[in-house]
Amino acid sequence: MFARDVLPALIIGVPAMFVLPMLFDAYTLTVLTAYALLALSLGFIWGFAGILCFGQAAFFGLGAYSFAIAALNMGSAWGPFFIAILVPAVFAAVFGALLFYGRLSDVYLAVVTLVMTLILFKFMNSSAGEIYKLGDARLGGYNGIPGFETLTIPWDPGEYLYDESLFYFAFGLLVLVYILLRVLLKMPFGRALVGIRENEQRAELMGYDIRLMKTIAFSIGAAIAGLAGCLFANWAEIVTPALFSLGQSAEIIIWVIVGGAGTLLGPVVGAAILGYTKFLLGQQSLIDNTFVLGVILILAVLLLPQGIFPSLVRLWHWLLARLPSAAPLRRRSGRSRRDKDV
Amino acid sequence: MDYAAVVGVEIFYAVAVLVLISAGLAVIFGMMRVINLAHGEFLTLGGYAAIVSHQAGVNIYLAMLVVAPLVVAVFGVLVERLIIRWLYGRLINTMLATWGLSLAMMGAMTMIFGNTTTGIATPIAGFTFGRYQLSGYNLFVILMAIVVAVGLYLALKTTRAGLIARGAMQNAEMTSAFGYSPSRVYLITFAAGSALAGLAGGVMAPLVGLNPASGANYIAKAFITVIAGGASVVSGALASAGLFGVISQTFTLLTTPAVGEIALLVVAIILLRLLPTGITGRFFKGRV
Repeated sequence: MFARDVLPALIIGVPAMFVLPMLFDAYTLTVLTAYALLALSLGFIWGFAGILCFGQAAFFGLGAYSFAIAALNMGSAWGPFFIAILVPAVFAAVFGALLFYGRLSDVYLAVVTLVMTLILFKFMNSSAGEIYKLGDARLGGYNGIPGFETLTIPWDPGEYLYDESLFYFAFGLLVLVYILLRVLLKMPFGRALVGIRENEQRAELMGYDIRLMKTIAFSIGAAIAGLAGCLFANWAEIVTPALFSLGQSAEIIIWVIVGGAGTLLGPVVGAAILGYTKFLLGQQSLIDNTFVLGVILILAVLLLPQGIFPSLVRLWHWLLARLPSAAPLRRRSGRSRRDKDV
Repeated sequence: MDYAAVVGVEIFYAVAVLVLISAGLAVIFGMMRVINLAHGEFLTLGGYAAIVSHQAGVNIYLAMLVVAPLVVAVFGVLVERLIIRWLYGRLINTMLATWGLSLAMMGAMTMIFGNTTTGIATPIAGFTFGRYQLSGYNLFVILMAIVVAVGLYLALKTTRAGLIARGAMQNAEMTSAFGYSPSRVYLITFAAGSALAGLAGGVMAPLVGLNPASGANYIAKAFITVIAGGASVVSGALASAGLFGVISQTFTLLTTPAVGEIALLVVAIILLRLLPTGITGRFFKGRV
């Protein structure tokens, strides 16, 4: 497990952490890392547990808001850091239990998660005024919450994490989460999760409590999304209702579908590439950003429903098989879930 | 007494708006099991068609009731041929592709019309009712919703085209064995649903300040009205629009519009949890 899952991530991840800031601006890289973590959260629950959540932005926003509110109340940032992970996880556990124990799936799951995001969006947007206050933190409605404490170096409260140090911290977390998910997927729980994705009924007949397992997976995904939200809040130094918006949810799905659901690396790469593209497109005003994103999503669904990353892998295998000297490759057997309904 | 009448009209109006904005989506979902997440942008497109043609000198009723549905229906035909037809039977993929379409349309409309809000004046003046002022246009919206619901019911129940459409919905293979091309039935159904969306967009145009992102205001409500309604097109949409309209309007009158919308969405989640196949999946089964 170590050699196959942990080592490659470290071999690629650690040098990347030091090389990337030389090539790109650390400020941009930090937000791309937060996006990558967010994509990873959806990539995990969609690609491996088969839960298509249309409202992953809700947990992202919830993480960011929890961080901001807790930081304003506690005055320091490390307690809130953990709260930002815990609040979305608990929320998702309760909400997920409500859904999965009711056996909602496909469209209905998509609708309900979408609606939940909208509720949070509408609520946060209309939360201006004195009465919407949690402790010392005013929710601030449309304008959001500015001016909270951000993360510092744990042993030196005067030294804030920002720019490059924030990037190292975020990227380190991304690599860590990636490795943890890889390991999780190799453990019995992860194996069973993939089994549920492939055939829910069969997994259930074999004695797995699919409702509980889906709820747990949903909650893990939300915790990662919350962590991404916390990093985003530290980067932006303000949280606004736009974090909960439909556009944000759509973007996460686009990252995952373009990168390739069913892999862990795909969504990360998808988020980084598309996030950077968006950043570049934002610098010109000729073509609207949303338009490009939408067209990418349509084309990805129509032409590359498996995502770019798995398609490249398949192309690679296809090329290998064409080489006369190559040994016959063992094809991956069985239909994957993506052939079935996506 | 007067107040009760005004509240009654307001509640009817809220229900009517839900019926109008969800009718097109209900036709497409009920008949084709396709969820068009770009429905909100279809409405916005209808609104722009009405406003632009009115500003170009077309009579306002003609602009709202004829031009808007026509424009959106033509657009719907294009969308069906270019995107939807490749994805039949793959519900989640259709949702994703139409979500992409929604973003693309939003972006395209931003590029064309700019990120500003436009609007036209309501063509019907308000009138006083007892001590209260009532908007005449709201009554027009209620009338239009009734026309749409009754028209849809009659079209599906009494006409030959409606019969074929319902047949294709129940068993596409059998329909094609009888010599009707399902592909054509789907195309016409999608165009009809788009036309209804355009009509709703046109009728709503004088009521809302229209901007390229307006679709987001409609989509959630239309979406849950249809999903919560279940498979039956007319009775499902009417039942859930009635329920949601009363709830949201009651909360709006008691508190604020934001709370009204949140109440609507919360009820929708609870309802879907209790009746996962929608209202007509449980009650009025098999109706149109």
